[in-house]
Amino acid sequence: METVLILGATSDIAIAIAKKFASQKYNIQLAARKPEQLEAVQSDIKIRYGVDCSVHAFDALQYHTHNLFFEGLAPKPDITISIFGIMDEEEDAFNNWELTQRMINTNYTGAVSILNIAAKYYIGRKQGAIIGISSVAGDRGRASKLIYGSSKAAFNAYLAGLRNKCFKGNVHVMTVKPGFVYTRMTENMPLPKPLTSTTAQVADIVYGGFEKKKNVIYVKWFWRYIMLIIKNIPEFQFKKMKL
Amino acid sequence: MKKQIANWGNYPVMESEEESFVFADQLAELVKKEQSFIPRGNGRCYGDASLSERTISTLKFDKILSFNTNTGVFECQSGITLDQILIVIVPQGWFLPVTPGTKFITIGGALGSDVHGKNHHVDGSISSHIIEMEVVLASGEIIVCSLDSYPDLFEATLGGMGLTGIISRVKFRLKKIETSYIRQKQIKAENLQELIGLFDEYNKYTYSVAWIDCLKKGEHFGRSILMLGEHALIAELDEEKKKDPLKLPANKQIAFPFNLPSWVLNKFTVKVFNFLYYGKNFKKEINNIVSYEPFFYPLDKVLHWNRGYGKNGFIQYQFVLPLDAKQGLIEILQRISSEGLGSFLAVLKVFGKQESMISFPKEGYTLALDFPVRKGLMPFLDELDALVLKYKGRLYMSKDARMKPEVLKAGYPELEKFKSIIKKYNPDGKIRSVQSDRLHLTTPE
Repeated sequence: METVLILGATSDIAIAIAKKFASQKYNIQLAARKPEQLEAVQSDIKIRYGVDCSVHAFDALQYHTHNLFFEGLAPKPDITISIFGIMDEEEDAFNNWELTQRMINTNYTGAVSILNIAAKYYIGRKQGAIIGISSVAGDRGRASKLIYGSSKAAFNAYLAGLRNKCFKGNVHVMTVKPGFVYTRMTENMPLPKPLTSTTAQVADIVYGGFEKKKNVIYVKWFWRYIMLIIKNIPEFQFKKMKL
Repeated sequence: MKKQIANWGNYPVMESEEESFVFADQLAELVKKEQSFIPRGNGRCYGDASLSERTISTLKFDKILSFNTNTGVFECQSGITLDQILIVIVPQGWFLPVTPGTKFITIGGALGSDVHGKNHHVDGSISSHIIEMEVVLASGEIIVCSLDSYPDLFEATLGGMGLTGIISRVKFRLKKIETSYIRQKQIKAENLQELIGLFDEYNKYTYSVAWIDCLKKGEHFGRSILMLGEHALIAELDEEKKKDPLKLPANKQIAFPFNLPSWVLNKFTVKVFNFLYYGKNFKKEINNIVSYEPFFYPLDKVLHWNRGYGKNGFIQYQFVLPLDAKQGLIEILQRISSEGLGSFLAVLKVFGKQESMISFPKEGYTLALDFPVRKGLMPFLDELDALVLKYKGRLYMSKDARMKPEVLKAGYPELEKFKSIIKKYNPDGKIRSVQSDRLHLTTPE
């Protein structure tokens, strides 16, 4: 049985993805900053799906610990999925460098740090897969997602480059760009129903894309076209818009 | 976010601010933060019990914590639905000790309502199978209670409509099964007298329930079908089923796509429906082996079947009368029959003995009927309440959206004790629902 490592396992999307892979008989490694929160998720996955599930401490911002963290995993995961990320209020972040830095360092620097390690390992054994959960917010910079969007844009570029670098090594890299998702984080936002996915839908689409070795997937699919339109608005026009 | 919520009866409908939690520490935080709220599971009680301007949803708190496949002891968080539990336990040879007529309720909701099933006369309600549960009080304090530890909280929480605190974790005993099939017997009864006789005659059956056509008058008054069942043994299965005796039923569902206009349900259409339902059983008696799903959850097959009652919603009226009040049963059924307000489903069941503080079941006959909400219904139900009280019966709070506080008081002799325990664990009435305010459980009389 293959093993999947989930980085940032306490989010609603992460739990849904962990369950989806477990239901397809993958063993699961859950890694998060507060691993003690994950005991219940661990027992749940073991009992429901009859697979192995372990819990690990992982802090995206503690780059110097990442090597040791990955070395310590037994067995080494066959698939690494990076889901962690933070989205603070943009206005707060704009006015507070600490918050801006934390968002960039979590969403981009931290992800690069751990995925470099995983990628080296996979290239070395000429086998493996990396899935990065990014966001449609990275497709074009805009005021309402100033820092978050730029950190995800950087992450998108990194994943694209990594896909290129790993191709010869038989390592597949998939970028996932969810649009709106119903999670605990968004439950107090009025989201347009037709454009919003449930976490279970995200998990199904991620698993389906992984099986088909897709490069870049949007959740749901029409977000690709929405973002295509947004990307093609001329800048002289775009800069005046409220988006 | 504010959203429109209603329970299964679609009556009443209200705006509510809903919050949820995934981890235990988030729950404690939420409870401390909220001014007032009511815990809410899958919204499958019928009336206004889990409605409030602020609700805390348990649906994301749905993890299985332990399952001993040798002893059948199962432990989980409160937001998991029975449907999810069955998927895990049935293939291992275990079943729910008690299940109501839908599997789309949370285990927390099952305890808050102290649900009963077709086996009440043998196995009691769900509360008799609980080993312990964890309750988060209004103060945020977490208490593990059982018959031995905080017994007052334990007893008042079982059937307590969420008013003592949020049930967060439950440990209970499952029932051993050999197969996922039910050996079913269906018997037609020409009238109510015959039906009551049949209930007595077949009281050894683990599962029993009857469906009554309450629009029939004269000699066919109370025409009905009695449905009996036992968990089938491997030896009773045919060769095909024997290959996989604990097979889960295929998950095929159809959905009711929209609200039916309310005029669709009238005396005539209900009569036709009842005629067809009764007529489909051609023979006096049917014996067969069926999957547990159609036996326990025939209506779960039609998602949103409540839309059939139209956008005004419906009231499910469920009461229990003592065994010696057969006359009351007849009187109430006659009253319904003459009023002709219509009911798709009239379900009759015999309860066994039960001693509990605030749970609905007690020994006797329980009848449940659906009434679409329309003009004249509320005064009519008040009349029925008077009859129920006259025969020393009571109503089920999980179905209720309209009874008067006096009716509750007259039906539940230990109500004052229940209220004093709410006061002890929820002193400021921070945990409250539209129902609890209406029934003066969290408001002064």
